[in-house]
Amino acid sequence: MTYGPPDSAAAGAEAVAGLLRRRREQIAQRWADLPLFQAVFTVTREEAVEACHSVIDSLAAVAESGRVEDLEAPGFDPIQRQLAAMTASRARAGLSTSQVDQEVSALRDAAWDLLDAETVELGVEDTCEARTRLVALFGTLRVVVIEAMLQENQEIILRQRQQLLEMATPVIKLWDRLVAVPLIGMLDSARSQVVMENLLEAIVEHKATIAILDITGVPTVDSLVAQHLMKTVASARLMGAECVISGIRPAIAQTIVQLGLDLSSVTTRATLADALQWALGRDQRGELPARGHL
Amino acid sequence: MSQTSAEPIRLPIRKDTDLTAVRQHVRALAQRVGFGLVQQTKLVTAASELARNTLLHGGGGMAQISLVHGERGQGLSVSFVDSGPGIPDVGLALSDGYSTAGGLGMGLSGSRRLVHDFDLKSDPEGGTEVTITCWNDSLRRGFR
Ligand SMILES: Nc1ncnc2c1ncn2[C@@H]1O[C@H](COP(=O)(O)OP(=O)(O)OP(=O)(O)O)[C@@H](O)[C@H]1O
Ligand SMILES: [Mg+2]
Repeated sequence: MTYGPPDSAAAGAEAVAGLLRRRREQIAQRWADLPLFQAVFTVTREEAVEACHSVIDSLAAVAESGRVEDLEAPGFDPIQRQLAAMTASRARAGLSTSQVDQEVSALRDAAWDLLDAETVELGVEDTCEARTRLVALFGTLRVVVIEAMLQENQEIILRQRQQLLEMATPVIKLWDRLVAVPLIGMLDSARSQVVMENLLEAIVEHKATIAILDITGVPTVDSLVAQHLMKTVASARLMGAECVISGIRPAIAQTIVQLGLDLSSVTTRATLADALQWALGRDQRGELPARGHL
Repeated sequence: MSQTSAEPIRLPIRKDTDLTAVRQHVRALAQRVGFGLVQQTKLVTAASELARNTLLHGGGGMAQISLVHGERGQGLSVSFVDSGPGIPDVGLALSDGYSTAGGLGMGLSGSRRLVHDFDLKSDPEGGTEVTITCWNDSLRRGFR
């Protein structure tokens, strides 16, 4: 939004740049006491003041280029790097996006007050124009910071997704030659690949002859999930381990049957306890070669 | 019974993670309508099958979840729409074990058994639309 002819807008931006350069030190001193800077740079105040300087210099460069409403203006790049690190630290401290946004928008006040003080020298008309450009500049700054925060959140989500994939599939050694995998969450293709690899490795490592796959924590068993389960059972068999699937809740059992899935080739038990009893009983009856004593 | 939400929920089916969203929304609405656990599980499982068909065979599309009222009281209806290749022989596709993709071939036939109403429209020229509906049986028993 520009008031007056483009020339006066350029003049206003020029005035803002001048203000930021002239009052660099005063603004930095005020900013350094704000929570945004103070809470991040906790070691020395000089550090905070230095960070303020770099943000002010970049803002002045943006104002000088006249592109106060342009997110792509080159001056915003260093600001984004600087403020992204700071706002990320504020977010980690538990502040919501809108709270951080408030802290960023508070930065405008120092410049605003100093502009007031210069009204006499600048003249009323120029001050008015400068104010408009100042508001625009700090408005754009807020958008730049919010974008950086969203970007950061996106990266966190991607990292967590990867972590979940690796974390949620532990293989537990329950007894001599007996391992169990408590499956939690939807068994999509990527997950079931990880489960299969972890299970086969554990079977080799523990010389397991029985593996329990517990699906208590799997919300939906459809034909693809069933296929993944059966593939896992088949590969475990090839490695010399018999699988038993436990944790089949009544609603899931009814659904599997009506869907027409045939799990009859797989040993199944209602609960993990039942599966454990079956496994130990089998071992005791000598149906499986056992090494240790039970 | 008042209508909880007049506006149907539309969800895109473009990638694997969209299937999770479809399952979660169907489950949440089924709970809100008061479906029992078995009925919730059946509807969510059928929706999971059909959403994946939309993605894999139909090349992506969308799901629409609506609350409906009929002779059988309140129900939940889910439509899956794509503009993929269509199904040339619907009868064949609906038979147990038929798959053109190396699957178990139980998705279509199985989900038809899991729900009360099943409606499949497919144009051999392209495009498939499957609509499934479950009615709240526990309520019917309770109120009549
Ligand atoms: N939306 C669709 N568009 C085009 N073809 C479809 C569509 N849905 C199903 N089909 C066809 O119908 C066949 C049977 O579908 P069905 O879901 O029963 O089995 P599947 O998807 O192949 O295997 P799965 O048992 O894993 O679901 C598919 O192989 C496919 O050829
Ligand atoms: Mg299918």
